[in-house]
Amino acid sequence: MQKEKILERKGRKISLLGNEAIARGALEAGVDFVTQYPGTPSSEVGDTFFRLKEEIKKINPLFYFEYSTNEKVALEVAAGAVFCKSRALVSMKNFGLNVASDFFFPISQIRIPGQLVILVADDPSCWSSAQSEQDTRHLIFGAKIPMLEPSFLQESKDFVIFAFQISEKFQIPVVIRHTTRVAHQSGPVVLGEIKRPKEKKFKFKKDPKRFVTTPPRVLEMKVDLIKRMEKIREVSEKSSLNKIFNQSPKSKFGIITSGVGFCYTMEALKNLNLKIPVLKLGFVFPLPKKKIKKFLENKRQILIVEEGDPFLEEKIKEIAFEAKWKGEIFGKESSFEGGRIWKERKTILPSVGEIKSEYVEEAILKILNKKSIYKKHLKEFLEIKVPKRVPLLCTNPPCPYWAIVGAIKKVLNPEEVIFGGEIGCYMLFSHKIISLQDYLFCMGSDIGIADGISKRSNQKIVAFVGDSSFFHASIPQLINSSFNESSPLIIILENQTTAMTGHQPQPGSKIKIEEIVKACKIKHLKVIDQVKNPKELEETIREFIKLKGPKVIVARHICALLEKKLKNRNEKR
Amino acid sequence: MKKDNFNLIICGVGGQGQITLLRILSEASLMEGKNFVGAETHGLSQRGGSVEVHFRMGKVFSPLVPQLCADLIFSLEMQETLRAMYYCNKNTVVLINKKIIPIVGEENLKQEEVLSQIKKFTKNIKIVEASRICQEKFKKEILAGVYLLGYAQGKKILPLKEKFLKEAIKRVIPQKYLEINLKAFDLGRKLKDD
Repeated sequence: MQKEKILERKGRKISLLGNEAIARGALEAGVDFVTQYPGTPSSEVGDTFFRLKEEIKKINPLFYFEYSTNEKVALEVAAGAVFCKSRALVSMKNFGLNVASDFFFPISQIRIPGQLVILVADDPSCWSSAQSEQDTRHLIFGAKIPMLEPSFLQESKDFVIFAFQISEKFQIPVVIRHTTRVAHQSGPVVLGEIKRPKEKKFKFKKDPKRFVTTPPRVLEMKVDLIKRMEKIREVSEKSSLNKIFNQSPKSKFGIITSGVGFCYTMEALKNLNLKIPVLKLGFVFPLPKKKIKKFLENKRQILIVEEGDPFLEEKIKEIAFEAKWKGEIFGKESSFEGGRIWKERKTILPSVGEIKSEYVEEAILKILNKKSIYKKHLKEFLEIKVPKRVPLLCTNPPCPYWAIVGAIKKVLNPEEVIFGGEIGCYMLFSHKIISLQDYLFCMGSDIGIADGISKRSNQKIVAFVGDSSFFHASIPQLINSSFNESSPLIIILENQTTAMTGHQPQPGSKIKIEEIVKACKIKHLKVIDQVKNPKELEETIREFIKLKGPKVIVARHICALLEKKLKNRNEKR
Repeated sequence: MKKDNFNLIICGVGGQGQITLLRILSEASLMEGKNFVGAETHGLSQRGGSVEVHFRMGKVFSPLVPQLCADLIFSLEMQETLRAMYYCNKNTVVLINKKIIPIVGEENLKQEEVLSQIKKFTKNIKIVEASRICQEKFKKEILAGVYLLGYAQGKKILPLKEKFLKEAIKRVIPQKYLEINLKAFDLGRKLKDD
């Protein structure tokens, strides 16, 4: 197998995955500090650094990487390093930004001494996400943090370098937002030079005026931020990241797009053999308002092509309104006609699920009053009879969670017990042949909800929590169960890894979960290897479910896939 | 419009090695100097769910094969082939591994039920017993993908050169399994149609 192509020299053209291109871009920008909590579709960014840590240290001895306990911690740790003048990268999936948001909002207020780039991956169509089809642009715009959005591989790499430049110039964090089809796109990338940073001493220079966000200082900071934003907007106005393709001054029809939407737009135009002007937005926040106004000027019809919510669409409608522009804007939500917003809803692109080039084709055809060629085939396709194949816990080798499912089904009557779920492989407890999942939201929410239910109802509750999830967000909830004496039976599924995102390590290797549970003053606690001692698990569940107050079972057995992986690795040695 | 690209869908069930095949195709096109783009799904779907990988060569923008645009549907599991009919036109070649991986808790389709539905979209169907052959010859069913890749190359339904595909296999497959993969590729290449 080829060795570490990602560290190849300048000028080489290699094949990379989108997230690997992000990692390479960071290396070319001279990144020295990387943190992550894994989450699909962002995990390969951190995984690349984890894998190559030692190699990278040969280039930069001060390089540091960690898997942090959650995204908020990851961002805080990176910020701490940035306060000592590090050049840091943090990567997370969309929901990770929710977790990190408490810190994400104030970090934009200060002038950071080092550089900070945050990669956030959205997942339209929820390919690898429960919870919601969330568009993080709302948060990013809200926090007033500049945002770039690459469309294809080369940009994924190059935009990171530019993001670090913006971060340095304006002393502000910069977000790269991408979506699944960019994160998990593969293609050729031409490499630049990996920057070898000069040996420097990192140091935190005391400056409370800079780092302490109390009022009234924090309001002065806000003024400074708004001023900086306008400066950054000027860069966005002039930036080649915001570029017009298919220039034709006479065209009354134009398309504004960003991210992978650009790829779909160009594909659609190629298939239709049309040359319609396309404004591609790569520097998305702050939006280049003047450039957009100029693009609108001679046109009468605008189509917005974007992944996620009709977000740019709303912003561009505002800009059009401001410019007293007369024309129609088509997108996911509605049309805009000459100063009257929301006059008539005309959905032309779907606002749920990812878009595709054929959707863009159909949207263009609809605007041009032409017929789609896809309808007949789509109808035939939808008539196909084939059962759905949904994911299931591994069967070969068998997942250790099966033993828990088995014990519960044996001992409890699922009709009489409520089962709380969370994010991890045990999401698959929803599979109809298992059917042990009555609610599921975000990481850490499971025990909290169980507490509330147990305060309002006499129903028995079993709350499943994965080990990575436990360290990520469940400890405050466990303390709450203990402090407020609620009555869930909490089963912590300790498979000794973050399995679903690709077997990243987690704190359980150093910190015993049962010690935390004991410290939380949970009286009823048992650690059981459910595969080796299924009877013990059954008896404990039978006993615990009847008891008042919070109860915890730590079901400890290694993930079967990880076990196989480790065995293979040892054989290789 | 003159055809200036090649569109491939690899479908199957999580764990059948679709992503490895994508890596091989990517490296081979890179060596041939062809532009390419691929799209893959990770995470939860890999736990025994349907997995669909897209691979495109030539003048392309979208990482996804557009509706009706597949030149080749490369299917590692029979029932999964049906989901790929979204990309199928009457000229599409459908190459199928003769293998049904049962869907747990559902009424599964039989081979004839799969084929009769595919025939509504294309007549260019080729079924190869890749899984069975690889299990018999190498005791490793997972080689079915590389075996089929060899078959597709040998029958010229995959426009990539043999030497580049082999070189790509060398780049992508770990040393330990390399020889057996190259053997499976060659065996697939030499398979004669009935």
